[in-house]
Parts: sequence; C-alpha cells; structure tokens
Amino acid sequence: MNAPAAAQTRQSKLIKGATGDWEIVVGMEIHAQVNSEAKLFSGASTQFGASENEHVSLVDAAMPGMLPVINEECVKQAVRSGLGLKARINRRSVFDRKNYFYPDLPQGYQISQYKSPIVGEGEVLVDVSPTEQVRIGIERLHLEQDAGKSVHDQSPNMSLVDLNRAGVALMEIVSKPDIRSADEARAYVSKVRTILRYLGTCDGDMEKGNLRADVNVSVRRPGEPLGTRCEIKNVNSIRFIGQAVDAEARRQIAIIEDGGKIDQETRLFDPARGETRSMRSKEEAHDYRYFPDPDLLPLEFDQAFVDALAAGLPELPDAKVARFMSAYGLQAYDANVLASERESADYFEAVARGRDAKAAANWVINELFGRLNKEGIDITASPVSAEQLGAILDLIDASTISGKIAKDLFEIVWKDGGDPHAIVEARGMKQVTDTGAIEAVIDAIVAANPDKVAQAQAKPTMLGWFVGQAMKQSGGKANPQTVNEILKRKLGL
Amino acid sequence: MTSLTDLTLAHARDLLLAKDISATELTEAHVEAVEKARALNAFVAETPDKALAMAKAADGRLANGTAGPLEGIPLGIKDLYATEGVHTQAASHILDGFKPRYESTVTSQLWRDGAVMLGKLNMDEFAMGSSNETSFYGPVASPWLPPEWTREKGRSALAGDKQGLLVPGGSSGGSASAVAARLCLGATASDTGGSIRQPAAFTGTVGIKPTYGRCSRWGMVAFASSLDQAGPIARSVRDCAILMRSMAGYDPKDTTSVDVAVPDYEAAIGASVRGKRIGIPKEYRIDGMPAEIEELWTKGIAWLRDAGAEIVEISLPHTRYALPAYYIVAPAEASSNLARYDGVRYGLRVPGKDIASMYENTRAAGFGKEVRRRVMIGTYVLSAGYYDAYYVRAQQIRTLIKRDFETVFADGIDAILTPATPSAAFGIGEKTSADPIEMYLNDVFTVTVNMAGLPGIAVPGGLSPKGLPLALQLIGKPFEEETLFSLGEVIEQAAGRIKLPEPWWA
Repeated sequence: MNAPAAAQTRQSKLIKGATGDWEIVVGMEIHAQVNSEAKLFSGASTQFGASENEHVSLVDAAMPGMLPVINEECVKQAVRSGLGLKARINRRSVFDRKNYFYPDLPQGYQISQYKSPIVGEGEVLVDVSPTEQVRIGIERLHLEQDAGKSVHDQSPNMSLVDLNRAGVALMEIVSKPDIRSADEARAYVSKVRTILRYLGTCDGDMEKGNLRADVNVSVRRPGEPLGTRCEIKNVNSIRFIGQAVDAEARRQIAIIEDGGKIDQETRLFDPARGETRSMRSKEEAHDYRYFPDPDLLPLEFDQAFVDALAAGLPELPDAKVARFMSAYGLQAYDANVLASERESADYFEAVARGRDAKAAANWVINELFGRLNKEGIDITASPVSAEQLGAILDLIDASTISGKIAKDLFEIVWKDGGDPHAIVEARGMKQVTDTGAIEAVIDAIVAANPDKVAQAQAKPTMLGWFVGQAMKQSGGKANPQTVNEILKRKLGL
Repeated sequence: MTSLTDLTLAHARDLLLAKDISATELTEAHVEAVEKARALNAFVAETPDKALAMAKAADGRLANGTAGPLEGIPLGIKDLYATEGVHTQAASHILDGFKPRYESTVTSQLWRDGAVMLGKLNMDEFAMGSSNETSFYGPVASPWLPPEWTREKGRSALAGDKQGLLVPGGSSGGSASAVAARLCLGATASDTGGSIRQPAAFTGTVGIKPTYGRCSRWGMVAFASSLDQAGPIARSVRDCAILMRSMAGYDPKDTTSVDVAVPDYEAAIGASVRGKRIGIPKEYRIDGMPAEIEELWTKGIAWLRDAGAEIVEISLPHTRYALPAYYIVAPAEASSNLARYDGVRYGLRVPGKDIASMYENTRAAGFGKEVRRRVMIGTYVLSAGYYDAYYVRAQQIRTLIKRDFETVFADGIDAILTPATPSAAFGIGEKTSADPIEMYLNDVFTVTVNMAGLPGIAVPGGLSPKGLPLALQLIGKPFEEETLFSLGEVIEQAAGRIKLPEPWWA
C-alpha cells in the first residue's frame, strides 16, 4: 500500500493532536448501483419500490441448477464508468465467487471480480474548495452482485428476507489512499457521483442506497509509513462520510497519543452520536475463499467495443468546466457549481445562449440555485424555466426593468408562472426613464429637505440618500442612472 | 418376439414408427418392470401416470405423422435433472420435498422429441461417489449377481441390507442399473469424474460423456461446474447416439455451453474406421492392474487393428497427477455450489437457536458423510494460505493434462483407447468402510477426460473370467463424438453383445 501517492503529505491538511501534528489517510470503496433494467446475471427487474420478493428470478433465489448469464448492458455501464474515471479498461476480466453464508445471500456466494477487474487504474480531479484541487487515484472498478435485504421488524420471532435487490449489479470503485481530510473525502465522493450521473451509469441516489461508501481511515505522523486502518462500512450520505472520517481520525489519534495502538477492524458510523463503533475485528474477519466462478467464462471484449462506448459518452464535468471558463469567461468556482449536475449545466447554457454569460451565471447560481436549495427543489422541477429566466435577463439588458425589479419579477414568475414580458407590461413594472417625471420627484425631495441638500453639498457621498428617496418614491421604477444624473445636476455636484 | 423391455431403443423406435407396437403398450411394459424391480432401488420416484399420459400423447403424434426422434421411448431420469413438479433431490436429504417449477434444458429437449418419463433414478448424493452407496435413499443393487451367487441368495440379500450384492457403480448407479435391468430403454446420467462411464462399465451398458459444453447444464443440480456434463446410458452404442442428438445443443442460459451444430450422431454408426490412428497411452498401464483388465485392453487393440485402424503408442505424461488434482478441483467447486443448501428457501430445515445454528443443524443432518467430507476438503483447499498450494497448483496440473491431450491430437491421433475402470464391479459395503482413496481410485482412467473437457465413451468389451462385465474407454477430440460412436460400435460388434442377466430380482 506504499504507493508514491500515499506518501504525499499536504501540510495544510495536518491536524493538531496533543502531541503534535497528525495526517489523516483515507481510501474509499464506493458501491454504486448500475443503472440497468435487469440484474447483473438474471433477467429480473431492478425497479425500486416493488413489493417484497416481486423481482426475484430462479437465478436470484439460487434454485438448484440455475446458472448466471452476464447482462451486457451492465458490462457497458462499467466500461463507460471506467472511461469517465480516465481509467484503464481491461478487455479480459474474471468473475470470482466470494463465499460466505448469510440469509440474504441465496447462492452462499457473491459473484464479484477479485484478481482481474474490468477496470484498472484511473484518476479523478477533485475540487475541495474554490481555490484547491486535488488528484485522487482510482485503484480499480469491478462489477459485483448486490445482496438481498434482511427485515427484522416484521415478525416477533423471525427475520424475513427480501430478495428484490439480490443480484442487482453494483460497481465497486476503489480509490487509492490519496485522501487527506474529511473535506477531501466528501468532495471526492461528490465528484465521483457527479461523473457517474453525467454518464448515466448510476443515479447516485444515496437515500435509496444506490450509492454508498466503505471508508478506510488511518492516521500517521507526517512522513511516516501508513498507520493501521479501520474500515467504516456502508456510510450512506456525503455529510456522514465527512463526519465519519473526522470522528474516526480523532478516535485513532486519542488512542495512539494515550500510548495505545490501533486494531485493524470493521466499524460502523453512528450519525446520532457522531462516533464510530466496532463491528468485527480482524480475527473475526471472513475467509471468503475467492476462486474463479466456474459457471462463467472470462469476460472478454475487443477494443472496438470500448471505442464505440467512448464515442457515445457525453461531455464530462471536467471538460464542461473548462469549456465554461474558456467559452463563457466564468471563474472556476462558478463553472464548477454550474457543472455539478448535467441538468444544471444544461439549464445554464440555455439561459446563457445569446446573452451575457456572466450575468446568466450570476442569476442561475445566486437567484435560482439559492431558491431551489432553500425549497429543496431539484433543478429538473424548477418553477422558473430557462426560457423564463432568459426573458428576465433580456428585460434587464434592454433597460426595461432594473435589477431590483427583476428580482421581484423572478418572484412573480416563481410563484405564478407566466411570460415575463407580459407580466412587466401588465403590472406596470417598466422602468421610468422619463426625465420630466423623475425631475418632478427629485425637485420635491430637494425642496422638502434643505438640510440634507447642504450636507450633500459638503459631503458628496450623501448623494446616496437622495437616490434612495427618489427610487422609493418612484416605486423602484425610476432608472437609477437617470436619477443619479439629475440629482448631480440639481445639487451642483 | 422378445419382451418389449428387452428391445434396444433403436429397435423400439423402428417398431413404433412402423406401428407394430404402441407407445402405450411399450410404456406399460416398462412401468410394470419398474414396479417389479423396486428391490433394486434404481428409482427414487416413479411417475407411472405421467408416463402413460406422455405415451398416449406420443401415440397421437405417431398416428398423425408428427413423431419426434424419440417418440414414445420410455426413459429414466437421473435425480439431479430438474423435472417440473417431480421429485428432484440429487438423492440428498437436504432437498427434501423439493419439486422445481422448471424443467432442465436436457430433459425438456427429450420431451420435445417425444420421450416418455418413467421416473427419477437413484444416484450417489449430489453425484459424489463411485458405487451409488452415498444416496440418502440407500444403495442401488446391480442386476448382475455376484459370481457364484444363486438367484435365491440374491433375492434374499435384496430383501435385506443388500450387503454383498454388486454395486452398479456411480454416481449414475440408478441409471446404469435400470438400463441393464431393462427397466427403461435409456437413461440420462451425468459425469463429473467418470459417473457415466464407470457405472456403464460395471453393468455391461454403454455410456458417453460428451465434450464439456456439448449439453446444457441448466437445470442440472451442480456438483463441480467446470467438470459436470450430461450424457446418456443405454444398451448399445447406437442407442447412445440417438439419445445424444436430443440431449446436446447450445443453450443461451448456460454460458459454458458451446454453439456448435449437433450432428446426426446415429449416422456415424457403421462408418469405416480404416486409417484412424488410435493412441494407446502407456501411463494407463498402472501398477497392480488386474490381468483381466490388461487382457481386455489387448483385445480392444486387436479389434480396432482388425477393423483397419492404426495403433500408436502414445504418452500422456501428466496422467498420474490427474486424480489428486481432480480431488482438489471438484470438491473446491462443490463446497461453493452446495452453499445454497442452507435451509433458508427450500428443502430441509432443522431449526436452531440462531441463524448460524440453523445452518449447522440443517447441513449436518441434510448432507451425508461423503458430501460433508468433500465440502470440508473443498473449503480447506480454497482457504487463505492454502489456495495457492492446492487450488492453484491443481489448476496448473489441469492445464498440463489438457496440453498432453492436445499434443497427441496435434500429432494426428484420432482417439485414445484405455480400459474404462481398473476392475470389475465390487460388492456393496466392500469399500465403504475403507480409506476413501480406494473408492476414488475407481475414477483413475476417467477423470483425465473431465479435467481436459474431452468426450469419452465406455463400451462393453466382454466378461471377466468370473463372468462380470468389463469395458473399454475411447477418448476423442473436442466435439468429435461421432468418431467415438464409429469406433465404439466396432468394439461392440467385435466383442459381441453382452447377454444381460435374466430378471432374478423380479
């Protein structure tokens, strides 16, 4: 495990213990459910939400004499994912059996890939903050079967088993131990999830358990060899992944600083208490007795198969960010925010097309995303369409409305819908650029406030008070630039 | 006219097509024979009603000219083939009460072609054994009486614990016994290390294990997936050829089955073998081989030479490693294949205080001694720290064995002639208490063929001085079963058809 990458220390990531600095080292195994109609080795449906044991074929139930047959779509999805992770695609891979007994594992073994995975080494660029990007190595990606689900709360003296999930295809994506903080861990999972969602190979729905992670954490003094790691199983939210890394690192540091040593073990994260606790020790670890599955031939395909899949890939997040920066002149951070989901990137581009891209980015990020987040609405269900937001931007651009009125207009469209142009007309929201009308308003203000006039003449920044008053009295519709010009003239500034 | 049950499959087929006999009367004769032979314990489940219904349907198709190649032919089915709604337990206690909702590919092809099912045949539990003594349903007796036994002695042993009667071989002991006793015209069997060829050899019948991938394994209870292969046992080479045509074929549900066209195997019967190069592997001349086996082999060589074949001394240098390597690979796969029998979803369940003890209780009660032994061996050889020393090395040996055969075939050898077994049939109980290795040695001539995935046929070569059947084995190139049928029939003709024992058991 002493890969060169693992030896890298990032000074800024060190954390202080009672006896000095510590470095956290994290490696992750992400289990991502493959987007496919049917399971990995059977024709049963993968649809979520069916009643118990509705989607169970004879193969899934491990009836005597049943044989697995590989689902080609799952193979394609794994190759697409590998390409998206800039990884080596192995044109020959082998399915192995991982043997253990559990009631929700009907075969008594999980078909997985052990020594020869379908995808080899790759890498992911991860934006940890607006100013920091790290490179996380991918060790491998392999295909495997999911297990069923044991249900313990339906009967007082029995556990029940639901096999709907049994045999569903998973991609296990193993990172190198390149992650150095909870922030990096969160950002890494988030980025992998984004890539898979772009590719359409996994929906990334963590609430349904369609993407979950085993997090390997160890600590060491900077520059020293890797410490003993503990594996935190099945963490199912990005926030919890960060919390689990922090909690586990603190626990390990405290033990070592007290003169103890870390036992290699499997642990669980308890979000309610914000701590990890032991699940099983190394001694209790299973001997899985991996061996090549004799029911399946090695999985082989040619380069043309890979090339065809590569040709059909969508633009990926990194490429999109780069294009947003060069083509639209966006800052890296804004470009990243917009590209974090394929749908939001598409939305932005629909708004930006033929318009001021920076203004479009500001509106999408600040007004739209802000509002969507607040209300917990997905971009695909946004009440304001890209066409409507584009029309609002057009109205600003034509000086028909001010920026402030535009926000009111956005609010109206959000709530009631409708064509922004028509709303502006109907509700008299147009900006007043009629100098005569504005002059009248200003004259009245000047006449009523001789003391403020004197102050402004002594201290020109007081002008702002007059602008505010004029805007207020015009109901926000006065063109601020016109107001400024007239005021300056009237006050002799 | 001979009795309907004494007909060969080919002859019965011809009589049916000529409407000289009906499928119903043929089936009735066999149903009666099965009932009268219950003491042999060849069947674990009889399906007379189903058989008669199928026969009636067959008669309809025979009458209207839509008969399939096996129309109206009564067959026995080894208990490891899934048969819809019918007892399917691989002769194991752990599958108690299991009746699948599906039909294996091989049997559904037989029914497609018009065959009639008489019932399910006894076997060694999960096909693990060479004498049919590991069955949960008890041992099967061979219809061959032990030398110098009277009918009465045989009948009294049948009524008792069967000790001393001859084993029919295994694991397809029920298939071989039923075919030899004329309870069915043919039977399905399966062969992982010799389980078709050795029982055929012990009972004076013919059995072929085709090339790995020739038949679909879908719906066959798995023993060792990389070695298991379906095949028939019947009373003549021609009968086997007829059954093979229906059993073989590519199946998309078994990715290890191979998409090669199925030829008309029967057409190979009677083809000239002149100029065929027959390899005689010197490594099969093992220490302590009985003189009768040596003589049989010599006769076989002479018969083929007389038919115009060229006899060539060959070497298969890794032969002696085959048996130990087989007893690593097969149990390893079995230990994993049998993990599904856990008491959770079907079959036997013996309750326990928690899930682990339920597993332990169920598997301890559900598996017999030999199965438990092999699951333990398999678990051991796959364990961390032993995997490389055992499993990996065994796979390397397997590659070397395969290469031995490829080399001789590349040198122009068309088929290889060996004895099928190192001895004639032994007695029930004779080898069960001894070292299991003694039992495993039965497969010494047959396992190499499974390890290399090749086709092999066992053909009777005559009787031992004590009057028990002995057989020769022919090993062929991948997917060249036709060559084996041609050569096998030459031996069959030269040796003269063995006279099967009169029904002393009935």
